[in-house]
Amino acid sequence: MSAAPGERIPHWPLHVLLVVAVVLTIYPILWVVTIAFSGNQSLAISTLPEDPTFWDRLRAITPWPQTFSVSNFTSVMTEQPFGRWILNSAIVSLATTVVGVFLACTAGYAFSRFNFPGRRTGMMAFLVSQMFPGTLMLIPLYIILVQWLGLGSSHIGLVLVYATTAIPFCVWMLKGYFDTIPKDLEEAALLDGASSGQIFWRIILPLARPAVAVTALFSFMTGWNEFILAATFMDQELMYTAPVGLRFFVGGYSQQWGYFAAGSIIVSIPVVALFLFLQKYLVSGLTAGSVKG
Amino acid sequence: MAGVNFKNVAKRYGDVSVIEGLNLDVRDHEFMVLVGPSGCGKSTALRMIAGLEELSAGDISIGERVVSTLPPKDRDVAMVFQNYALYPHMTIRENLEFGLRIRKTPQAEMDRLVNEAAEILGITPLLERKPKQLSGGQRQRVAVGRAIVRQPSVFLFDEPLSNLDAKLRVQMRAEIKKLQHRLKTTTVYVTHDQVEAMTMGHRIAVMKDGKIQQLGAPLEVYERPVNVFVAQFIGTPPMNFLKATVSADGRMLEGKGFSLPVPASLAGLTVGRKGQQLVVGLRPEHLVEEGRALRGESAPLTVTVEMIEPLGDQVIAHARLADALLALKLESHRVPEVGAPLSARVELDALHLFDAATEQRL
Repeated sequence: MSAAPGERIPHWPLHVLLVVAVVLTIYPILWVVTIAFSGNQSLAISTLPEDPTFWDRLRAITPWPQTFSVSNFTSVMTEQPFGRWILNSAIVSLATTVVGVFLACTAGYAFSRFNFPGRRTGMMAFLVSQMFPGTLMLIPLYIILVQWLGLGSSHIGLVLVYATTAIPFCVWMLKGYFDTIPKDLEEAALLDGASSGQIFWRIILPLARPAVAVTALFSFMTGWNEFILAATFMDQELMYTAPVGLRFFVGGYSQQWGYFAAGSIIVSIPVVALFLFLQKYLVSGLTAGSVKG
Repeated sequence: MAGVNFKNVAKRYGDVSVIEGLNLDVRDHEFMVLVGPSGCGKSTALRMIAGLEELSAGDISIGERVVSTLPPKDRDVAMVFQNYALYPHMTIRENLEFGLRIRKTPQAEMDRLVNEAAEILGITPLLERKPKQLSGGQRQRVAVGRAIVRQPSVFLFDEPLSNLDAKLRVQMRAEIKKLQHRLKTTTVYVTHDQVEAMTMGHRIAVMKDGKIQQLGAPLEVYERPVNVFVAQFIGTPPMNFLKATVSADGRMLEGKGFSLPVPASLAGLTVGRKGQQLVVGLRPEHLVEEGRALRGESAPLTVTVEMIEPLGDQVIAHARLADALLALKLESHRVPEVGAPLSARVELDALHLFDAATEQRL
């Protein structure tokens, strides 16, 4: 067997390139982790002496704490209301996920299977809504939500906003996936005596699990990571979500980079965990429709 | 058990009419095959029985009940789909149970029915597997199983064998036929394969453009096709056709490169048609090489062999006669030479005569 044509080109330049890319990607994260575990509030890893040597300089950019301490984590959770903010984020994100996924599933199924007036217009409207930057909606949303509905600084208000911003993408995603599920399955179920509801819950949804997982993750992250809307609507400190709370560690007169870093790590843990948990669905969900198996 | 009756059924999509004025009476316990080329409306007719397509006009009844407006679940029919349509996330047992479970069948009864159906179809060892772990033939068996566990009054098959390889198709064909014989459930079977139609059906309905061209027992349709379409559709290789004119004395059929006497058995048909254009149909097995035993009157015909297809037990020869191509079924030990003239004989009593204008049988 002869080598494939591509095999004659040496691999090492590619590897070098990839290693550089990896270092560039994870270096900032390592820096944050270092600050979080340093026990200090400084943004620097180490303080440079008056006349720094090469080794001092190298030390200053090596992402490894000089002293190792979890005090930033304990302080953030006990002295600061960070636990409360995370709880707010969790409530809002989970509610967004439940509301968003439920509505997106049902809407996506309807768009995929039924023919009704406004079907095309509806799908286009969803698409168009994705074309505008989120900040554009800030003022109208504020007027509607805070001034008209009086839902400022409330979980429900934020859930409403997040769900409405997440739903268009989720509907498109799910509709695309539902389209790949053969109609024969539903017809077989119809003949087996199933009602539309039974077909949806017992045949379609179980088959759409990968797509549902992706949309659930997307909805959750919409709520969990969002900053601008939350900062606008939540003006009582107790109602802050985690990203808004984080912002107040650095700014004004305080520069608590240690708290900020520790908080950032705590906030990213649930997302990382979710990604790992949903990994097997994500791969099949994101490639959904490309290969019909 | 029940028959299925179509009364003036029509199906239109906007201005496009798929089926118009369809009347068909499928008898109780009968195996009825709807056969025709794609787009002839056979699948639509089947789906209308199932309730998956609405009727634009007319009525369908199953047994004594008019079911035209009933939802599929209330029609007491089960359907086997071309691509099996097994629920991929359920095991085979769950697939078979699904319909029973929806109908709230007690567990003990459900187990009995599922095990019985699995036994009949030889899929008992597969019950705990998922559909994707099964081969095409096994999946099709499960799909049939899902239909029989429900003990419906009518089975509907929508081209169930077209996704299987040739060998498996022959095997499943026999199995479905045996199964229907055993269960005696009224069956409507849709296929585009005339061999399936011929071998499986008690009666077959040959369809074209949404209309039934001919309804009858397979051999009846084969031996007395009512028009040119049915004649060429049923039988492999298809029937040969020659354009001919009835001679002035009404005793000869004359066309490009041939002149055949009208046999006594058909003389009644050509009387009074002097000078008329006809289409003469001739099945390949009635165009035989010189020297073979012949039935009834015969006449010589010389053709030029263009291609041969040896099948083992016989040879199909494709030959030219003026501007017409003819197929002949020859015995395998007499393979003709390609490009050489072949002296053949036409069994005149087996000729089919059609009016050239209407394409209807005389």
